[in-house]
Amino acid sequence: MNVEVMANSVPKLLDGLALTIELVALALAIGIVIAIPIALARVSGRAWLNGPAFAYVFFFRGTPLLVQIFLIYYGLSQFETIREGPLWPILREPYWCAIIAFTLNTAAYTAEIFRGGIEGVPHGEIEAARALGMSRVLVLRRIILPRAFRLALPAYGNEIIILLKASALASTITLLDLTGVARTIIARTYMPIELFAMAGAIYLVVTFAITRAIKALEHWLSPQTRPPRPA
Amino acid sequence: MVDLQGFGTQLLLGAALTLELAFASTALGTLIGLGLASLKLSRSRLGRGLADSYTTIFRGVPELIIVLLVYFGATIVLTNVARLFGSAEPVELHPFIAGMLALGFAFGAYAAEVFRGALQALPRGQIEAARAFGMSRSLAFRRVALPQVWRFALPGLGNIFLVLLKDTSLVSVIGLEEIMRKTSIAVSYTKEPFTFYLAAAVIYLVMTIVSTIGLGAMERRANRGVRRAAR
Amino acid sequence: MTWLKTAMIALALALVGGLALTANAGDKIKIGTEGAYPPFNLIDEKGELQGFDVDIAKALCEKMGAECEFVKQDWDGIIPALLAKKFDAIVASMSITDERKQAVGFTDRYYSNLIRFVGPKGKAIDTSETGLKGKSIGAQRATVAASYLEDKLGKVASIKLYDTQENANLDLVNGRLDVMFADGLVMYEWLKTDDGKKFEFYGGGMSLDDGVGIAVRKEDEALKAKLNEAIKAIRADGTYDKINAKYFPFSIY
Repeated sequence: MNVEVMANSVPKLLDGLALTIELVALALAIGIVIAIPIALARVSGRAWLNGPAFAYVFFFRGTPLLVQIFLIYYGLSQFETIREGPLWPILREPYWCAIIAFTLNTAAYTAEIFRGGIEGVPHGEIEAARALGMSRVLVLRRIILPRAFRLALPAYGNEIIILLKASALASTITLLDLTGVARTIIARTYMPIELFAMAGAIYLVVTFAITRAIKALEHWLSPQTRPPRPA
Repeated sequence: MVDLQGFGTQLLLGAALTLELAFASTALGTLIGLGLASLKLSRSRLGRGLADSYTTIFRGVPELIIVLLVYFGATIVLTNVARLFGSAEPVELHPFIAGMLALGFAFGAYAAEVFRGALQALPRGQIEAARAFGMSRSLAFRRVALPQVWRFALPGLGNIFLVLLKDTSLVSVIGLEEIMRKTSIAVSYTKEPFTFYLAAAVIYLVMTIVSTIGLGAMERRANRGVRRAAR
Repeated sequence: MTWLKTAMIALALALVGGLALTANAGDKIKIGTEGAYPPFNLIDEKGELQGFDVDIAKALCEKMGAECEFVKQDWDGIIPALLAKKFDAIVASMSITDERKQAVGFTDRYYSNLIRFVGPKGKAIDTSETGLKGKSIGAQRATVAASYLEDKLGKVASIKLYDTQENANLDLVNGRLDVMFADGLVMYEWLKTDDGKKFEFYGGGMSLDDGVGIAVRKEDEALKAKLNEAIKAIRADGTYDKINAKYFPFSIY
């Protein structure tokens, strides 16, 4: 183990970490926006809504993210119509290809997590809200989604970690994320063990911090489970 | 099978290797997971600490990094171990074994939680009854706990297996010619990335479907004889 | 508990199978190559290794009277894999450079190359530092071309590094890259393909290395000496020229 090389690599690796976090945060944010309607379509009970939503979820959960990234980055650019098309300025950038792949992937998993959350909301609460005269949309906004979000939080926390780890694949399409930077340094130092161990340690610190943050959030959102405060 | 410009057979060969790798890793991961779960539930503080550190590390570091670290690192570790036993020959680690170890380690970390949950789901009375019959602690574990753990753990293990099946694609980076690797070779020949990455996606989807059906059948079999309340 | 036994048996079988694959058969020489660098090394539709490097390696092994086995390894891990003893020699069009000499030993060269810029026909991009300002330039990761770009143009241009030359070529074709910086012989071959027809060399070639050699671990002096002798022998008896002629109409030595 060459400790000097490991120590010297840290600033560059942290630059890479910044890109990793940026990619993951953006993909998660857009992913949630896409996941909610898909989850609602899944529980709608209508075949024409559920069918396409199921197919989407099935494809993105049934194939490796690596295949999805390559399909979007190298695959789409095979077609002249896409290269001449209006979306090319976005699709030509590896950054956006990574965001698109991560987003579509995480949206599929998130949709299933939300579906579980929505199905977990007690029927009595929905009936009660309806009985109080709330409209369907209001029930969705005030009762179902907030409750579903709380129920889905532990599983969603796992999804954040999984996406963070999966984002290491951004390095396969020229991006200099944490893994990409490590590989670039290895290309000139020939010390894969040192660099991958260092990068792995940084991932570990981040995943650990996220796990803790989610736990704290769960605790904060469940006041009923906390011991009563002394008067 | 579509001919795919002569690469159809190669892709199928890759698929066979993918399946072999997935099964071998699952076997290894199951054993590791079971061992870790027993440690986590043991009275030894050291044992619990070790098992918890293991799961934290292997669930917090990207699988891609684990694969690369095992590939480059294990050879050096093994050669040094062999030297202790007086062998001067370098110990070579075939990419298949490296991939199996890396994916098995990760599988084990997730399986540990599943097994722990399953062991805890066992009615305490059964173990107490077995102990009262004079069975030793380990005999009670083997004869009473383990056969039932299977039933409780199966759904969780099935999910991890589906994740693992897709993670096998990562082993392509260390040169194992599974589906992804075979696909890249085909792409460099034909310059048709979309066609071939889509073909790879379809193969993975088929494997996911078959696995899901198989897992369902296994769950039904494991649950035969379980009495259910009449609906 | 049959399932537990099944798992153990499956694992044992996998281990035995794997060890059988790994078994070290005496003084076999293992040769590392990439298999994604036509025409020097590539994998054909039957999954077999082909190319100039492969033919040369086979000829050298024959001359040395050694049994050789090829190991495929991704380019950016090829030196680490040599150092980790996954194979004994790299015959994969590796440029001899001072930077690499700090990590590995090299035989004498077995061919010479120039690194050149390639871009779309008719664009005539000036390959000086000012001409390349703001351009997107591609190269394969861990090559002399990549090092040169990082050191000399890293501040003015956008450098994109790829796992394989083939993937870099795909991005040159689809327009993600303005220019490519790569081995002149590899690009010479590529310009003749359907994809390459719309591209051309920009400017002259640059010599960034001391030719292309076979890399071995520094301590393997004996293997290096044997390989050097074998290179001399195939140069002398015409074997080299025959292989050369199979790929290029001019001498690349």
